[in-house]
Amino acid sequence: MSPRRLWGLCLRQIYLYRRSLPRLLEIFYWPTMDLLLWGFVTLYLQRASAGGMPVFVSYFIGALILWDVLFRAEQGISVSFLEDMWSRNLINIFVSPVKVTEYIFALIVISALKVIAAFTVTSSLGWIFYSFDIFKLGAALLPLALNLVAMGWAIGIFTTALILRYGLEAEILAWALAFLFLPFSAVFYPVKVLPHALRAVSLFIPASHAFEGMRAVIRNGVFPARQIVFASGLNLLYLAISAWFFMRVYKKALVRGIIPKIGE
Amino acid sequence: MAVIEARGLGKSFERGIFALRAVNFSLSRGQILGILGPNGAGKTTLIHLLLGLIVPTEGEILVFGERLAPKTRGKILRRMNFASNYVSLPLSLTLRENLMVYAHMYEVPSPGSKCAEALRMFELYHLKDKQTKTLSSGQMMRLCLSKALINDPEILLLDEPTAGLDPEIARKTRQLLVKLSRQKGLSVVYTSHNLWEMQEVSDRVLFLRGGEVLLEGPGREVLGQYEAASLEELFFKIIEGKSAGPSRRGDKK
Repeated sequence: MSPRRLWGLCLRQIYLYRRSLPRLLEIFYWPTMDLLLWGFVTLYLQRASAGGMPVFVSYFIGALILWDVLFRAEQGISVSFLEDMWSRNLINIFVSPVKVTEYIFALIVISALKVIAAFTVTSSLGWIFYSFDIFKLGAALLPLALNLVAMGWAIGIFTTALILRYGLEAEILAWALAFLFLPFSAVFYPVKVLPHALRAVSLFIPASHAFEGMRAVIRNGVFPARQIVFASGLNLLYLAISAWFFMRVYKKALVRGIIPKIGE
Repeated sequence: MAVIEARGLGKSFERGIFALRAVNFSLSRGQILGILGPNGAGKTTLIHLLLGLIVPTEGEILVFGERLAPKTRGKILRRMNFASNYVSLPLSLTLRENLMVYAHMYEVPSPGSKCAEALRMFELYHLKDKQTKTLSSGQMMRLCLSKALINDPEILLLDEPTAGLDPEIARKTRQLLVKLSRQKGLSVVYTSHNLWEMQEVSDRVLFLRGGEVLLEGPGREVLGQYEAASLEELFFKIIEGKSAGPSRRGDKK
């Protein structure tokens, strides 16, 4: 990998976001709205139950902040790819000396920067409005967040491959695919709430282990080693599958002449 | 030595649609090859094959003596560049930012001064801090051409580069291409529907029709074969079927 080429690929996104207020707002606006709306709903429910759900607010605010980590990680990849399609710039990139692996790696770097920016805002708002300190998750925070980021990347790379294959018709997947996993990821409720059949599904979703781990730390203050190991193993598998799928689609795109079609 | 050599090049897409068939040609250093033909003749497909954006189903392409393949593509593309009337650059970036991005992607030494030089070449330097979305279509094409020269390529592939340019800028662009090919040995492959322009600039022409090469060779030689005074006359002779085919020396006798 060439650091200069990677820097060039990242630079275009940095210039883009530096200059575009709507794009910057898009990173912060929805997570802020979610946090405010659902945070206050949760506070209301807690008060209505006369303090019967003491850790409920922590579960919910923590879940909102960490779900956004996953969603931003996914969007950081798929929307950045779409930006190149929308600007009819994709061909210029694919006829430059940039390798496809460098391109994907640059999308991952951009995604990481977006996650850090959004996380800084949401965790600060959680503290300001609800006195919720996400850093109370302690040593577990980093591996839990990294696992959610990794799942976001796996979905993002998979989505990008589908967009490469089907063109702009598939662009809705950049926003929709992550939400397909939401009901089974035990984000806002524990896995045991799910019907038996769906519990089996959630076992194969790294995010469900990460969110169960988060609740375990808030509830007991215990490091969720088991959940982190499960989530990491699944993420490694899914990242490998999505990378393989992307390369397969890319090679087929070269045979079918798809890149010029979607890039012009 | 040929910088590009196509040997038996063919491309068919699914359902047996042939885009190109048995294309053979070579291009030497400093030569300009004009690809002409009616719509759907395979001109753009040929450019995409030469860029490795599409893989051929038959034959092979040698660039700088190396077979264009996934393993060699990156190394070869460092010495090439491309501009097309159908491809754009991010509109929210300024002209200078767009070129800086590509200067890094092509690992150009002293990117700042190289960007300024490329913008000056196409009379865009005074707009360097404007957002690309403020450009007219002709200015956008000039920016794409600036990008295409950012890495001092040895081979330049251009898909209808002067479409949308006003006559004055189009003339300057042609002059620049000829100057770069004569002085720096730049080899150019380009498509255009402007046959007068192609006749003025090209050292060689390749006439495609239905994905097959009808004619290939130095411009004058090709015109002579069809007893045409200009490429435009040649084009209509072929398209309208007014010519039975190339005249042979024997025929004239």
